[in-house]
Amino acid sequence: MILARKFYSSKMKGLLVLTALFVAVFGKKTFEGDQVLRITAKNEAQIFLLKELSEQEHLGLDFWREPVHESLPVDVYVPFHSLQAVRVFLRYNQIQYNVMIMDVQDLLDDEEREMVKYRTIPRSTDDFVYTAYHDLNSIYSFMDMLVAENSNLVSKIVIGQSYENRPLNVLKFSTGANRPGIWIDTGIHSREWITPASAIWSAKKIVTDYGRDPVLTDILNNYDIFLEIIANPDGFVYTHSNDRMWRKTRKPNPGSSCVGVDPNRNWEIGFGGPGASSNPCSQTYHGPSVHSEPEVKAIVDFVKSHGKLKAFLSIHSYSQMLLYPYGYTRTSAKDQVELHELARKAVSELQSLHNTAYTYGSVITTIYQADGITVDWTYEQGIKYSYTFELRDTGRYGFLLPADQIIPTAEETWLALMAIMEHTKNNPY
Amino acid sequence: MKVFCSLWLLLSLVKLSPAPPASQDPPFACRGAGDPAPPQPETPEDMASSGDLEPTHYPARRAATVALHQLNTRHGSPHRLFALQEVHKASAEDVAAGGRKYSLDFSVTDWASGSAGPALRCSAEVMFPGTERSSPDVQLRCEALQQINSTAQDHAFYQKYIAPESAVSAQHIPDSYGNVSEEMQPFWRLARVAASFIMLRESSENTEFNMAQVASVTQQESSEKQLMLEFVVLLHDLPSQEIVQWKLLASWSPDRGVRVLQTEWQPRCPHDTKPPN
Repeated sequence: MILARKFYSSKMKGLLVLTALFVAVFGKKTFEGDQVLRITAKNEAQIFLLKELSEQEHLGLDFWREPVHESLPVDVYVPFHSLQAVRVFLRYNQIQYNVMIMDVQDLLDDEEREMVKYRTIPRSTDDFVYTAYHDLNSIYSFMDMLVAENSNLVSKIVIGQSYENRPLNVLKFSTGANRPGIWIDTGIHSREWITPASAIWSAKKIVTDYGRDPVLTDILNNYDIFLEIIANPDGFVYTHSNDRMWRKTRKPNPGSSCVGVDPNRNWEIGFGGPGASSNPCSQTYHGPSVHSEPEVKAIVDFVKSHGKLKAFLSIHSYSQMLLYPYGYTRTSAKDQVELHELARKAVSELQSLHNTAYTYGSVITTIYQADGITVDWTYEQGIKYSYTFELRDTGRYGFLLPADQIIPTAEETWLALMAIMEHTKNNPY
Repeated sequence: MKVFCSLWLLLSLVKLSPAPPASQDPPFACRGAGDPAPPQPETPEDMASSGDLEPTHYPARRAATVALHQLNTRHGSPHRLFALQEVHKASAEDVAAGGRKYSLDFSVTDWASGSAGPALRCSAEVMFPGTERSSPDVQLRCEALQQINSTAQDHAFYQKYIAPESAVSAQHIPDSYGNVSEEMQPFWRLARVAASFIMLRESSENTEFNMAQVASVTQQESSEKQLMLEFVVLLHDLPSQEIVQWKLLASWSPDRGVRVLQTEWQPRCPHDTKPPN
């Protein structure tokens, strides 16, 4: 590695590292075990010795800072095969040194990682990688980009804050004021990664199809669509940093070492019944009181203050089901017949695309008794078309659904969402 | 509490118990404020369903899942793993001593052959005993099962890994993103078959188990020409939504199939934080 020795500076060091990287990437050279030493000579005799050292060509040394004067540090790149010899030499001559760079290859790897990361930050929603799972920051960036690119159609509302003070962001798709609304949420259970992944695709689908697809255009000309892509951001971050299988919120429970409340048992409908747990360590812990979780309270407040939501779709995974109220009681919902028929239609649409088989019915008969759930509450608030989705699959990968299924899942789910939204539009109440 | 938890885990690893408590009560050291709850028992009304059952709803589906666990313990292999495709008909009746017997007519597919494989038609009687701590009993018949014998792939897999220097070791299958490498697919299937022994044993009318992830697989020294594998698996129970961790030692060969030699429930203490995947 030939370097311009006279012009050493920290900027040059950066350039040198990049050059090394260039060589490493294209020359497939490895710098494993190579080090950079900073030598402090204490007198002229030691400087003389170091100059002699620099003339030993066979060592392959590279002086980033030449030995000039004992008041100036001497920096030398030492390839692995020469390390032992150089150290012995320095020690024998009692020349002080310290290791500036422990392993040049590690440094290059870190740099490369940074560069790759930088390269893959999308600059627009057309750049965004829909076929991969993303972390919270990427998803929140996506939202901002979507709004920026479609400011006539999309805006972002913050409906509250999570326990750990993260914003609860909702995308509002609207073409006019004072419209009735359709609500969709995903990611309320944080380990269900396929749900926000599908929502991201759906958000892009909406802006793409508005003005092109007559059915969606008609829906949006009469209704607003609200999309909360990450309803439980604290839990979502936790699935990335600590526990991929985390489900609940991240609010501590006083008197217990167990954290979190099941946000889908925290609603004021059949609260505390047998279809939820009173144990803070349980995955279905209902929480100390109704709407105790800020993530839940934010939606409650939004629904009440909006007052004109006509459909409420809460999306979970897995099991491949489309479910309507109730979860807390076997008593049939007043609109059971219509809800059942609409579910049948939506599932049929869904299945038409990739032949994915869904089951449908009320929560309590189809999956299990569940008390204090979202859609029971929204239904009781008068939002007739309240449904819970359970997306792919049926247990093979479960929560760990491969990323290559994101788009097929999103596409088929979209057909079901459209069926429900279209029915909502055609049956105003 | 943390010290007790670590100590308990340490001790439990040393002493391998053959049959863990069916109710999954937390170990003493994890109790107190930190109790993980056992799966939620359903209210009596839910389980009143007798006579014909809706095939797509949970009572029939849970019973069929149990039958599938049995099928896999008997016929699963690195290149054969059965999954429920559809329940066609189901009924249930009360039987002696508070038990319940389900009669099922269903189809299964083989995950290993993907969408290419045909569906097999099966029928089963699944009996859940009235006593809490007993496993269900399954009588199972599937068409064309006798014609299914071990595949060439199984034999090749066996030859490769029975070699004395083989020492497979891997973690997180699938990883957080759902990836399973080609090489790990048969090990994932073996883990799923071995886990089926546990899932079968632990099942009741109130559970619906799947294997959420293989936390680790470590090949042990082969014994009596059997591949020996130590698995740590995460099971997911749908009704309670709990993730339950089990360590198990399994053997496999094309001739003898999968056998599970040791199982050990590994409690996840409440304040455990897992390292990033």
